[in-house]
Amino acid sequence: MFEEYKNLWVYIESSNGVAANVGLELLNPTRALADSVNEKLVAIVIDSKDTEALAQTAIKYGADEVIVVEGEEYASYSTDAYTNVLNVLAEKYKPSAIFIGATNRGRDLGPRLAARVKTGLTADCTSLAMDNGNIVWTRPAFGGNLMANILCPEHRPQLGTVRPGVFKKAEPDEHRVGNIIKEDITTPLEMIRTKIVDIVTTVSSDVPNIEEAEILVSGGAGVGGPEGYGVLKELALAMGGSIAASRAAVDAGWIDHAYQVGQTGKTVGPKIYIACGISGAIQHVAGMSSADVIIAINKDPEANIFKVADYGIVGDLFEVVPILTEEIKKRR
Amino acid sequence: MDILVCVKQVPDTTEIKINYETNTLIREGVPSIVNPFDAYALEVAVRLKEKHGGTVTVLSMGPDQAKAALKECLSVGADKAYLLSDRAFGGSDTLATSYILASAIHSLGKFDLIMCGKQAIDGDTAQVGPEIAEHLDIPQVTYALDADVTEDGKVIVKKETETGYEMVETQIPALLTVVKTEFEPRMASVKAKIAANRKPIDVITSQDITIDLSRAGLKGSPTKVKKTYTPPMKGDSVVIKEETAKESVDKLISILDEKSII
Repeated sequence: MFEEYKNLWVYIESSNGVAANVGLELLNPTRALADSVNEKLVAIVIDSKDTEALAQTAIKYGADEVIVVEGEEYASYSTDAYTNVLNVLAEKYKPSAIFIGATNRGRDLGPRLAARVKTGLTADCTSLAMDNGNIVWTRPAFGGNLMANILCPEHRPQLGTVRPGVFKKAEPDEHRVGNIIKEDITTPLEMIRTKIVDIVTTVSSDVPNIEEAEILVSGGAGVGGPEGYGVLKELALAMGGSIAASRAAVDAGWIDHAYQVGQTGKTVGPKIYIACGISGAIQHVAGMSSADVIIAINKDPEANIFKVADYGIVGDLFEVVPILTEEIKKRR
Repeated sequence: MDILVCVKQVPDTTEIKINYETNTLIREGVPSIVNPFDAYALEVAVRLKEKHGGTVTVLSMGPDQAKAALKECLSVGADKAYLLSDRAFGGSDTLATSYILASAIHSLGKFDLIMCGKQAIDGDTAQVGPEIAEHLDIPQVTYALDADVTEDGKVIVKKETETGYEMVETQIPALLTVVKTEFEPRMASVKAKIAANRKPIDVITSQDITIDLSRAGLKGSPTKVKKTYTPPMKGDSVVIKEETAKESVDKLISILDEKSII
């Protein structure tokens, strides 16, 4: 039915020649999907500079081929220019599926592209599979209370955005080689109807990137106030990790939104996630369930977090955490 | 300045619980509300109207009961409300929904701004807004925190980013999707509620608008829901509760050691 539609595409989100993690993460699960149907995995790079280096990076992380579009008009992201590029490329090459990171940019670009191509898009996916040549897109809905498996069986290309932090990057293979195709696509300036006139950074630069952290010590309502993060910071420091928070603590104003894990915050995938005084609302779990090991510390033995955790201690975090910190310190 | 705001009536998903015995959502007794992000969009629209004059129209697609959500919008500053309701629209995915809404907006007249909430809290897709913009061939600015319009028709949008915000300039007509704003949506006064109750809500069907019905409803929807399920829980947690915190920690450490986790 769709013989002419072949290959899986991953859009490598980048700014000023630097790739965001999510595109590289996506090359990992899509590599396996492409192999399962004997198709190529193609990375798409759109930027104003350093596209050759971006393409090489994409190959190291698993792409067979990279299509590169370079131009001054792509220096900063605009809906109109980027949709134009992907639409032109998709018409020419007819991919079977396009994967885009579910970042602010991806969730702006994905639906615009889907409506232009007139195809189905599944947003904010957390799991991917292949079924008879169709991608099975799994995504949460109802604030994380429900998971849905979605197919786009009668339209090509299939489109989806995938949540950052859900998949882990593959180990880069420095010896891997791939084909780089340069496509000359210009978007006339009058086609770009939005213009960024000012960029303001409000997140302080000393806030760690919790999406990258290997160890997270996270605090919720049970922390009781901003000063409560002191004991968590010490444990995080002893373990070489960072602190994080649940929505309850952020909404109470105890800690900045940049630390928030969950449906309305960030999705994290550390090796160890220690949830302290966090009840384990489904919206929070949606943001941390892909951690390798989850440890819960909570006074309430009935707390939902114990259903999610691998290991739990029933007790007061202000008693348990300092002892745990001491024990960890002794061992290092 | 004529603004149209798309609103959706949604179940209050923060009230939804999972029945772990049957692994299904407990929907009974869960109230229906105006999608919170749409309420922010409406507040931004009403503030613009108060500043520059003009009208605010609200449009919803859904069953008859969605009139309650539209009445709520009328009580907090919307001037006119339309409900898009037709059996032919049932089962629409985001592409079909956005096509139907865009067709209705096109038939309703000219608007300077179309506003949507960032996403609905039931579907959580954040797709319908940008897709409407594409169908109408107008620029979009997503993740808007606030917006203003200049004399010469420029739209200035404060757009939320991962590290702060950007000021983005575009021109009318444009579509904005609105995130949680820095201000709270206003509450309706009793008087406004009574007045809203008396206002008519025009019901629009596929007969009233120019639309290609092959692009609406189930058959116009490229995505198909194969199955839904509640997220799996681990269920094999090791929960430690010794006499003292020290004993609990010691036990945890020895397990973590054994499994080479630390």
